[in-house]
Amino acid sequence: MSGYLTRQMSGFSATYRRELGAYFATPMAYVFLAVFLLALGLFTWEAGRFFDRGVADLQPFFVWHPWLYMIFLPALAMRLWADEKASGTDELLLSLPLGIPGLVLGKLMAAWTVAAAGLLLTLPMWASVNFLGSPDNTAIALAYFVSLLMAGAYLSIGAAVSALTGSQVTSFVISVVMAFMFTAAGWPLVLSTVQSLFGTGFADIVARFSFITQFEGAQRGVLELRVVAYFLGFTATFVFLNCLWASRQRLG
Amino acid sequence: MLEVKALEKSYGSKHAVRGVSFAVEKGTVLGFLGPNGAGKSTTMRMIAGVLEPDSGDAVIDGKSIISDRRAAQASLGYLPEGAPLYEDMTPPEFLRFLAEARALPRRSRQDAVDRAIADARILSVSHQRIGDLSKGYRRRVGLAGAILHDPPVLVLDEPTDGLDPNQKRAVRALIARMAPTKAIIISTHTLTEVPAMCHRAVLIDRGRVIADDTPAGLARRSEDGSLESAFSRLTDQDEDENL
Repeated sequence: MSGYLTRQMSGFSATYRRELGAYFATPMAYVFLAVFLLALGLFTWEAGRFFDRGVADLQPFFVWHPWLYMIFLPALAMRLWADEKASGTDELLLSLPLGIPGLVLGKLMAAWTVAAAGLLLTLPMWASVNFLGSPDNTAIALAYFVSLLMAGAYLSIGAAVSALTGSQVTSFVISVVMAFMFTAAGWPLVLSTVQSLFGTGFADIVARFSFITQFEGAQRGVLELRVVAYFLGFTATFVFLNCLWASRQRLG
Repeated sequence: MLEVKALEKSYGSKHAVRGVSFAVEKGTVLGFLGPNGAGKSTTMRMIAGVLEPDSGDAVIDGKSIISDRRAAQASLGYLPEGAPLYEDMTPPEFLRFLAEARALPRRSRQDAVDRAIADARILSVSHQRIGDLSKGYRRRVGLAGAILHDPPVLVLDEPTDGLDPNQKRAVRALIARMAPTKAIIISTHTLTEVPAMCHRAVLIDRGRVIADDTPAGLARRSEDGSLESAFSRLTDQDEDENL
């Protein structure tokens, strides 16, 4: 069993390091981080009225995470497989004695690390609220943790679709549409429409699959095991699809 | 060393490779010839484990590419058509990535990288990004990647395509240096370099092997004794049969 796992995961660390290097070898990661932080700051301060509320917490900051992830993370993930296809290096990769799961997870983890770096760079915001008042720091730490898990779920969609389409632009568009569906499903505007069309029971089910609904509790500082399981399970499902779509290439 | 057994591959309705078989011994450089679209690249991709054949098998150093893919791939060095590379890396970074991906023992990785760089004569460009290199150097970086783990079998898809005469000579010299200890397959459509580089030539057309001979033996099959007219006679003849 452990031998089987080792074989499947061979290539994980080589792939992870290569992909992480590729993000930082080009301006890609820096531009991504800069624009992501700018957008997050703008939404938190302008739209979220961070200062006007007079409450020292990060609620107006976390509430934007799903919406920004929905646009930014597909952009981060779109190159993972499509770029290999465009430059023909997928052929080189498939000729190496590696397991597909190791490649898939190595690539996903590299993108996840860049996303984590983005979150890490927002820590001054956390420091600010501590300077301005006395927030519930455990609750904030928890919201950060669940936000990171949610980022993995968004990235797993983008990575899998990148393997499926083999084109960066197509992959970005499809991933954003899919991410939008999983995000907006919990939006009151969408939910009230669903409710009036299909009834409350169905609306509840739709809401349960939404990232917004799943992320709600964490924003209030509640750690729910089922939320952690949801995001990890969601990511695992798309990692599995990613493996299938990446190995499809071998069939020609 | 390498045994190709009745490989078959179809893409939809196109039957690209129809039962290709041949064997290559250690110390042999086999020229894999044929017109464009004859199935050369498809066959080589199946040998390298990049593409799964519909049926048939390739046995590399005793290991089947179908039932024991990773072990077979570990014994194989493959240069894909056009030598695709990661352009954002420098040659040593690229080779270190391959060494890690191939799980070479940690201690011997740097030695393997240094040796491949020396063998492929790319030391002078080792600080440049691969994307900035000339075609000839890129091809040599690709070759360095294929020989990094010192595999007993090499499959090189058009290693000299698009190179200038000096670069071609350098690649040919590298292949000649490696030839005594390895089984090597080279696909090319530059027929003039076949007698200089290859001990044997397999000619393939429309997915079938139509000749397997020494370059000189192949040349004798034409009226004027040149490889070129033998090539066009053998492949044209087939076209007539299909009319």
